[in-house]
Amino acid sequence: MNTVNNFVINIGTLNGSGSQSSNNVLVRSLFHMGLPVCGKNLFPSNIAGLPTWFAIRISAKGHLSRKQENDIVIGMNAATLIKDQINTKKGGVFIYNSDLKVPLFQEREDVTCIAISFKEIVDTVTPSVKLKKLLTNMVYVGVVAQLIDIDKDILISTVKKLFSDKPQVIESNINAIEAGWNYSHSQINISNFPFKVKSLKDANKDKILIDGNTASALGLLFGGCSFMAWYPITPSSSVAENFHAYAEKYRKDKNGKNNFAVVQAEDELAAISMVLGAGWSGARAVTPTSGPGLSLMSEAAGFSYFAEIPAVIWDVQRVGPSTGLPTRTMQGDLTSAYYLSHGDTKHIVLLPSSPEECFEFGQTCFDLAERLQTLVIVLSDLDLGMNFWISDNFKTSKKPLDRGKVYGEKELENNPHFARYADVDGDGITYRTLPGTYHPQAAFFTRGTGHDEKANYSEDNLIFKKQMDRLTRKLETAKPLLPQPIARGEGSLGLIAYGSSHSAVVELQDLLSDIKISSRYLRIRALPIVEEVKKFIEKQSMTYIIEQNRDAQLCHLILSEWPELYHKIKSIVQYDGLPLSADYLYEKINKTENLS
Amino acid sequence: MSQFDTLNFTRQDYVGGKSTLCTGCGHDTITNNIINAYFQSGVNPYSVAKLSGIGCSSKTPNYFLGLSHGFNSLHGRMAPLSVGVSCANRSLNLIGVSGDGDSASIGLGGFVHSLRRNVPMVYIIENNGVYGLTKGQFSATADEDATLKTGESNPFSAIDLCALALEAGCGFVARSFSGDAKQLVPLIDAAIRHKGTAVIDVISPCVTFNNHEGSTKSYNYVKDHKLVLQELGFIQPQQEITVDYEAGEVIEVKLHDDSILTLKKLENDYDFKDPLKARQVLFESQSRREILTGLIYFNEQKQSIHNHLNLSDKPLRDLSEAELRPPQEALSEILDQFS
Repeated sequence: MNTVNNFVINIGTLNGSGSQSSNNVLVRSLFHMGLPVCGKNLFPSNIAGLPTWFAIRISAKGHLSRKQENDIVIGMNAATLIKDQINTKKGGVFIYNSDLKVPLFQEREDVTCIAISFKEIVDTVTPSVKLKKLLTNMVYVGVVAQLIDIDKDILISTVKKLFSDKPQVIESNINAIEAGWNYSHSQINISNFPFKVKSLKDANKDKILIDGNTASALGLLFGGCSFMAWYPITPSSSVAENFHAYAEKYRKDKNGKNNFAVVQAEDELAAISMVLGAGWSGARAVTPTSGPGLSLMSEAAGFSYFAEIPAVIWDVQRVGPSTGLPTRTMQGDLTSAYYLSHGDTKHIVLLPSSPEECFEFGQTCFDLAERLQTLVIVLSDLDLGMNFWISDNFKTSKKPLDRGKVYGEKELENNPHFARYADVDGDGITYRTLPGTYHPQAAFFTRGTGHDEKANYSEDNLIFKKQMDRLTRKLETAKPLLPQPIARGEGSLGLIAYGSSHSAVVELQDLLSDIKISSRYLRIRALPIVEEVKKFIEKQSMTYIIEQNRDAQLCHLILSEWPELYHKIKSIVQYDGLPLSADYLYEKINKTENLS
Repeated sequence: MSQFDTLNFTRQDYVGGKSTLCTGCGHDTITNNIINAYFQSGVNPYSVAKLSGIGCSSKTPNYFLGLSHGFNSLHGRMAPLSVGVSCANRSLNLIGVSGDGDSASIGLGGFVHSLRRNVPMVYIIENNGVYGLTKGQFSATADEDATLKTGESNPFSAIDLCALALEAGCGFVARSFSGDAKQLVPLIDAAIRHKGTAVIDVISPCVTFNNHEGSTKSYNYVKDHKLVLQELGFIQPQQEITVDYEAGEVIEVKLHDDSILTLKKLENDYDFKDPLKARQVLFESQSRREILTGLIYFNEQKQSIHNHLNLSDKPLRDLSEAELRPPQEALSEILDQFS
């Protein structure tokens, strides 16, 4: 029996061998056939030579989280060939490069093994030694495409589109794909290949296949970001690089000059300091980073909180502690982001779970930072940021930019008693002026030390406490302005998750409903946590809090707000650096609840 | 109002709050010289932003230009802060005040990198070789073999911030002494008009922790060992200021705004446009343990960060929503690559 539109292809190659383009052709061809598909790159912290894998999942139901089992495995790397065969599901297909001489390698009997001499095929495509190495990877595209029935016209048009900026390489790549296709067609004699795709035509017509970091960069671009400072760090660098590239094209003035500034800083201490300077001066400023950078920004985060300066940190999380697994995914920065810095600090934290939300929060982060005059930290992660996700097409926001409470010369005329930290409106948010405001009342002295309403230095205990209490009030004002939690499904079993866990939890709900267990899932989209979360937990018989870190960080944040909920929640955590999988969650819940 | 519209401002508009530093502190003398230089230069105080880090020196922006916004930031972060401020609003006149702990230790990286970027600003280091606010520890600019009040001797070599500024490609490198108004005021005046980072390392003796016999930055030591490189006076186009000079050769320097900087040389024919000579005189003065003062290096050709980043003439903070947000068609064009 064929499995149609429901299987996983995992390709094991060498980092730096050019397999990225080949895998991109495969995943995008499937996308162009209207299939629900995702692509996850599992790569090492290395430029060339270490093993890397690319997993493509096609799911008729549209599930896009990682599967633990692989149906088709393509082994192109001698170092991992034995392991790759072991990781092929029983009844699956293992296609491997027979030119690789791997001692002790033996074909498994419970798996269909296809040995191919890629050298022989690529020799017919090009005489160039350099090109052969790259085109070998295109040959496997042709082989697998033929075996699973990818539409050949779509395959060719995808190559043309992907290489549209390098037309000279289109022909050789198509030739390599054709050679693989023809070899497969004539030499591989498998009647009724077990895994097939069937076109769903225009199903992806209004969709895009995009990584979260590109979506984030576009969000920042359309959110009016005018200043970015950054220090290169995996996995966040592509947020900065993409923003810079798009801004160079779409944010020019009529003289060809830049309506933005991007500065590559000397370190993260400098990057966040630059952002504070720009935010203080009235720019919409952000710094993309990852965990180690976030740690370095800690002191400045407290300054932003206490001196009330708009700033955004875009943290694409990776595995910590320390340097950790720099190219693997985790949700380990939740607690440190929320409380970042010494003394009493709490920050606004946004938790996007999809490219659409990366795009949306890339815009709203500035509205919130300027409205609330404080630091906003966005927590993406490597799985969301660097892997390919199907997404609805983005739409620009109709809402005007919110620049917050700023007094210019005119407003100062009407408010002659301006005091920087006076709570005129009673919402905890005070008015600010920008440097370069030509008015005798405009100036004030920004400081991280204790200050009174007029921003003058003060060590007075009552004044200090009053300012701290106002900052608490401001955080309450913030709550209704933040992205609110979203509930999904009905049932007595509760599930709470955030960020890139979303797709696995949606799939988990389906797996549970297959065994007649209905569940209600609440997705948290921001910190501080709102009252609705408490009400949700109270209503459910039991709520599982699902997250990708060892210490159940969200669970602890919820319990620190409402300790009385301790008997109503259980924690499920995954922290091995791999993207979350629904099967894993299902096993965990099954074990606890004795479902089957 | 233009940046140099002096119509309604008096000297009083350039002063700030009352100093809380020790009586007789060299920093307060520098504050006075800053007030005089800014008043004399006619810079509109509303166009100025004052930046600092942490330390005794970093408190001083509160004591001058009370009509200007100030930002007393984090320890060692004044330099990168200035990058953000300057890029967000290129029309601001920036003055940064830092100390030797702030710029030579905790903020050394930021100091060097902001010079590489050439942020247009006056960068004053109030240098006393000691951590005053934490009660008298050595800083990285303390001379080798200098002693603390406790008698402890410094075994480490000193960082020369002017030599470092030269290495980083700074186009305006000067050194002066807090008590020398005749030299310092014109230097600050010239620095204001320089279209890049203008570093002035001002030796500023700490009256409390560093004014004793073993210190190499005490009043008496500096008075005995100061070597004056040149005298300079600043002449405004509108009104010529004549300086009471000794007879000697005169060189005129044309700055970006066409204003003229006139330098008078003493014994040696010093060419401050020669980067090799600048290194040499610094090295020689170091080995003789003399404090060389004056404009050590000047190069007005260097491009500022605004040029490097191809920044729009309109300050980024003034961009309208239409200028900040590309249209829906741009988004459709971009997303087509992903469809």
